[in-house]
Amino acid sequence: MAMYSKKVMDHFMNPRNVGEMENPDGVGEVGNPKCGDIMRMYLKIEDNIIQDAKFMTFGCGAAIASSSMATELIKGKTLEDAWDVSNKAVADALEGLPSIKMHCSVLAEEAIHKAINDYRQKQNLSLWGEKEEEKPE
Amino acid sequence: MQNNEEGQKLVYMDHAATTYTDPEVVNAMVPYFTEYFGNPSSPYTIAKESEDAIEKAREKVANAINAKTDSVFFTSGGTESDNWAIKGVAFANKNKGNHIITTAIEHHAVLHPCEWLEKQGFDVTYLPVDKYGHVNVDDVRDAITDQTILITVMFANNEIGTIEPIKEIGKIARENGVYFHTDAVQAIGQVPVDVEDMNIDLLSLSGHKFYGPKGTGALYIKKGVKIDNFMHGGAQEKQRRAGTENVPGIVGLGEAIERVTSDIENHAKRMQALRDRLINGLLEIPKTHLCGHPTERLPNNVNIVFEYIEGESILLMLDSYSIAASTGSACTSASLEPSHVLVGCGLPHEIAHGSLRLSLGKENTEEDVDYVLSVVPNIIERLRSMSPMATK
Ligand SMILES: Cc1ncc(COP(=O)(O)O)c(C=O)c1O
Ligand code: FES
Repeated sequence: MAMYSKKVMDHFMNPRNVGEMENPDGVGEVGNPKCGDIMRMYLKIEDNIIQDAKFMTFGCGAAIASSSMATELIKGKTLEDAWDVSNKAVADALEGLPSIKMHCSVLAEEAIHKAINDYRQKQNLSLWGEKEEEKPE
Repeated sequence: MQNNEEGQKLVYMDHAATTYTDPEVVNAMVPYFTEYFGNPSSPYTIAKESEDAIEKAREKVANAINAKTDSVFFTSGGTESDNWAIKGVAFANKNKGNHIITTAIEHHAVLHPCEWLEKQGFDVTYLPVDKYGHVNVDDVRDAITDQTILITVMFANNEIGTIEPIKEIGKIARENGVYFHTDAVQAIGQVPVDVEDMNIDLLSLSGHKFYGPKGTGALYIKKGVKIDNFMHGGAQEKQRRAGTENVPGIVGLGEAIERVTSDIENHAKRMQALRDRLINGLLEIPKTHLCGHPTERLPNNVNIVFEYIEGESILLMLDSYSIAASTGSACTSASLEPSHVLVGCGLPHEIAHGSLRLSLGKENTEEDVDYVLSVVPNIIERLRSMSPMATK
């Protein structure tokens, strides 16, 4: 079985920001096409800044740790900066993931994007695309 | 067993993956590393000691499965035995036909050789199993054609523990003049195995599943079975399996199989009581199901699925309590596919995700079982409280 870093185990055993959120401003739920796991991310947004983030995850240790780390990384960030938090940034913050588990951190990145776009849709704002250049400066 | 940093005793419940080597078995092996190290093929005295030890071990293996001594051949383990049996019979009998019958829930050591043979022009039928993992005897009979040369069905499944109707399948094979191989790797030491009574032509076994050393095994080949060699080289094993014999390993295998089969009924009874205590305790957790057959299963196998959660997470949390177990979850497999055995039993992908296999061994006690039962419900609750599935 894949061996995880101390940081991954810490975020897995003591996940930050786990749970549901009442009246979130944005929600993103994504499925992992590889192994079938599911991650749901909730955002509380004020003045374009992520005030709070929570997650629920059905998945492996790497998926739970990635969710936890991702919520930590985006809290307090502007939507633009949060959008730029890549799966690699999540994995690096976790002191690395086994290569076979990198796809679990992709789930976190996608969940953030989906939650941000859910918020933008509710605000009647244009949706951001997955590509860098499509994001307004 | 050792203790972890916090002093919690390791509760090892993954004996279907491997067992520790019994210290008595190790003791029996040691002289064949250091003292009687001679090559059994050599003509001097210490070599004779090695040769005699091999023959003694052969007798022990034969006794354990009620075989004739000269029908037992030593190999490097279960995988080699399966490969030899299947490929060896296929190629030696291809003038008679090219069809092989097996099941969808075999170990990869059987499935992958079968898939490889398909590329060599053989036809393979993979029989489905019912929700308990049982293959239907009538399906076996109906699958036989005039091209069929081999039926290979495992004695007991390594994941869910279901015991297959081996004797009946053997009878059908014999009536139809087809060879019958069984992978008995998980069955040895758990249930009585009798190649004569059960109409078995070829049988694979592996030392490290019954307190013997890893990398040791044997293939039983009934006298008269037409089979090609698998390992080509020197004249060892009556010119049937080349390579200088793993003398200490063979000695260990013989010692181990004699020990596990000497008091199999009492051992099985004790394991079964622990197993059922564990199963009943775990089934009290809501949204939890037993995989495999409730009674026709290995006495040491527990396989449970917990809805809404994922198996690797369960294993990691169990590990933090010093409990070692296994799962069929897609997240733990290199292919990211769920276990073919659980899927073969009809479990949907997302349910197979939450599988937990606990396989008991002789050192496990009632306290171990109760410790596991005291820990698991909290783990399940914690993981479910994080799961978006549980709250939908
Ligand atoms: C049913 C079954 N067949 C074959 C094998 C392979 O045996 P070995 O590990 O000795 O090669 C195993 C063990 O993993 C098994 O459980
Ligand atoms: S979520 Fe399935 S492998 Fe990580």
